[in-house]
Amino acid sequence: MKYLHLIWAALFRRKTRTILTLVSIIAAFLLFGMLDAVRTSFNQAGQSANGAERLQTGSKLSFIQTLPQSLEAQIAQVPGVKMVTYANWFGGAYQDPHNQVFSFAVEPNYIDLYPEIDVSPAERKTFDDTRTGVLVGETLAKRFNWKVGDKIPMQSTIFPNRQGSKNWTFDIVGIMHAKDKKTGGFFDQMLLLHWKYFDETTPFNRGQVGWYVTRVTDVNQADRVAKAIDALSANSDHETRTQTEQAATANWMKQLADIGLIVGSIMGAVFFTLLLLSGNTMMQAVRERTSELAVLKTLGFSNHAVLAIVLAESVLLLLLGGVIGLGIASLIIPAVSAGSGGMLNLPIVGASSWILGVVLMIAIGLLVGALPAIRAMRLNIVDALAGR
Amino acid sequence: MNNFLINLGLLVLVAIAIAFWVLLPWQAAIVLVVLFALWMGLTRAGRRAASVASVGISTLGQRIGSSAVIVIGIAGVVGVLVALLAMGEGYSETLRNTGSPDTAIVMRGSSASEVMSVLDHDSVTLIPQAVGIAKDAKGQPIASPELVVAANLPLKGSTADDEGSVQLRGVSEQAWAVRPNVKIIEGRNFQPGMRELIVGKGAAKQFAGLEPGHTVKLGNQQWTVVGVFASGDAMDSEVWGDASVVADTYRRGSSRASVMVRLTDPKAYDAFKKELENNPQLKVDVSTTLDYFSKQSEGMTKVIKAIGITVGLIMAIGAMFGALNTMFAAVASRAREIATLRAIGFRGFPVVVAVMLETMLLAAIGGVLGGLLAWLIFNGYSASTLAAGTVGKLSFELHVSPELLWTGLKWALAIGFIGGLYPAVRAARLPVTTALREL
Repeated sequence: MKYLHLIWAALFRRKTRTILTLVSIIAAFLLFGMLDAVRTSFNQAGQSANGAERLQTGSKLSFIQTLPQSLEAQIAQVPGVKMVTYANWFGGAYQDPHNQVFSFAVEPNYIDLYPEIDVSPAERKTFDDTRTGVLVGETLAKRFNWKVGDKIPMQSTIFPNRQGSKNWTFDIVGIMHAKDKKTGGFFDQMLLLHWKYFDETTPFNRGQVGWYVTRVTDVNQADRVAKAIDALSANSDHETRTQTEQAATANWMKQLADIGLIVGSIMGAVFFTLLLLSGNTMMQAVRERTSELAVLKTLGFSNHAVLAIVLAESVLLLLLGGVIGLGIASLIIPAVSAGSGGMLNLPIVGASSWILGVVLMIAIGLLVGALPAIRAMRLNIVDALAGR
Repeated sequence: MNNFLINLGLLVLVAIAIAFWVLLPWQAAIVLVVLFALWMGLTRAGRRAASVASVGISTLGQRIGSSAVIVIGIAGVVGVLVALLAMGEGYSETLRNTGSPDTAIVMRGSSASEVMSVLDHDSVTLIPQAVGIAKDAKGQPIASPELVVAANLPLKGSTADDEGSVQLRGVSEQAWAVRPNVKIIEGRNFQPGMRELIVGKGAAKQFAGLEPGHTVKLGNQQWTVVGVFASGDAMDSEVWGDASVVADTYRRGSSRASVMVRLTDPKAYDAFKKELENNPQLKVDVSTTLDYFSKQSEGMTKVIKAIGITVGLIMAIGAMFGALNTMFAAVASRAREIATLRAIGFRGFPVVVAVMLETMLLAAIGGVLGGLLAWLIFNGYSASTLAAGTVGKLSFELHVSPELLWTGLKWALAIGFIGGLYPAVRAARLPVTTALREL
């Protein structure tokens, strides 16, 4: 720390060059922040503690196949089951069939199984009492400019109502907020309507449910309970497949694309480039300062001190650029999400990305500083001062 | 103040040049290069620029380390950009190939995709009677009522519990007449009424057990895989079976999801659409398959393109500053040389041209290298994603097209242009006396 001013002065000896290098580093870490945020948000989807406690039971045939409603009572009897609820796809769209909204028809106790969703007790009460009532997520409401009390026309891209028209009208009775924005961003985009209203209105359903959600009393028993639930309908015409919510989400994400590979290869290319750029800068900086370093040695700085000073300089350069880059990423991402009015919901740069980022900065700093630092350490005072 | 104005002017110049450059087709770029070569060969200033540039370029070998930084940095940018864009290109190309203007798809009204559509038996029998449908040799209209469901199958190379979703299509015999590009490449076709499957070659690659002779379990039924088909489009990711058997297994009764028809020619489409949509007994949407599949791919293609350009842009900024840095250093180390040239009568302009020519040459090498790498590694690389509007994995191949390589090269040259401009202008504007004293 004693030599910080010395290192700082050396770093900004050639302002243009240092600033140009800094911008390269900032760009690299800006990209790193954004990509790593995407990667972690994919890994974290469904990883909340509640996700492990919940089981999803769907048709083994295919995820769009329905199950009989009578299964609910049977599942509730399975030992270890605390609560069970069910839901259906609704396939809702607002104004245009391509403007799709995550919409489910749910049993009233659905929200009790999802403590991550925050709804005020008054709004919850109105929802329970209003047949045509819907709860909408915060982000979704913002996206379409909906307020509590609005009557909204929705199209279902799957289900017509009794008149054969696919236009449904709902009353917004409450807004749902996700308690944890990072893992629960999804809840802010949902629309929930009453299963009973849905079932009675569409002639196509007749007491069928899309999937069951079960909360178990003990997480460690989840596997046993899942097997017991599947055993209920083994060899029937509606065999089921039960998974923890975590496993189901992970499975789903895996199908989207191999995110890790893509993100990994981009980051590899970025950092390789970065390494070259800043390594080159450090080499130049040390080459230019040969005589200055020789003076330092003449003054009594040991070989190791010179090594440390040069290394510290390159680590400082990387840290400076990296922190600014990651900082910009942390600021920009929420701003873009907010600016898009709910159209885009980008993940935020979390603590884990920051830790990984800082470790990378130090590691790259040491790596690119190594060669010039060793060269500085081995400098022969007489030769260096003579300019040989 | 003077300095500031010049920098501002440069900035505007750069912005105009880049905007112009982005819009430039390759033919115009060739004309530009030819004009530039003529200028270099025929005019006095041009010949001077050429001689200064040749000095710079011939000494590149001595500065191999820092020149390599520019080349590799730009190659990285171009490689990543081209790979990401190739992904979008491959995806939309697969879906675009699936449709054609002379086939149409009929679904229930306001269904966003086939999976969401249900047509009852009456509609299914009524639709093939419309005008404009081509007839086969026996005089039957070429119309195939089809059913689409999601089937769970174990993924290749994973534990038994890891299941993926594949789109299972129940087809009628006319499906082959509607899609003449679908060919059986291994085994045979399924027999109507039997629990037999034929699988697309993309699906066979992704899911375990989809080989002729194997049986797979769909729901609580055993199905035998009897053949593999190839079509070169989105159908490659599907699994086909007899429509009525699939409907039985999935309890769909006599309903179908869509009717695919072959039209007599693309012009028959309007009359066909009009008749069906005006029929009071039907509530259907009609679109050509070309429109339908392009619309399905629209959103995803946009997302991939946006990601590609954002990532490319940020990387480009990084590489551009790297190039600036290297060129400033290169110019600084040759400051005396350049000042000498100016002292013996060379004007500023040839110096600017020479330095920029040098950077742009390095940038072009980087661009070609990056494009080549992307092409070698990613052309034909198969990727898969859960496609919008389907219920299965869609496999597609990345396609590095010549247009994408050209885009990559354009980016590389743009980075080189900016990276060379400022150092070049600095070299040209530095007072000769100061420059002669430098280093």
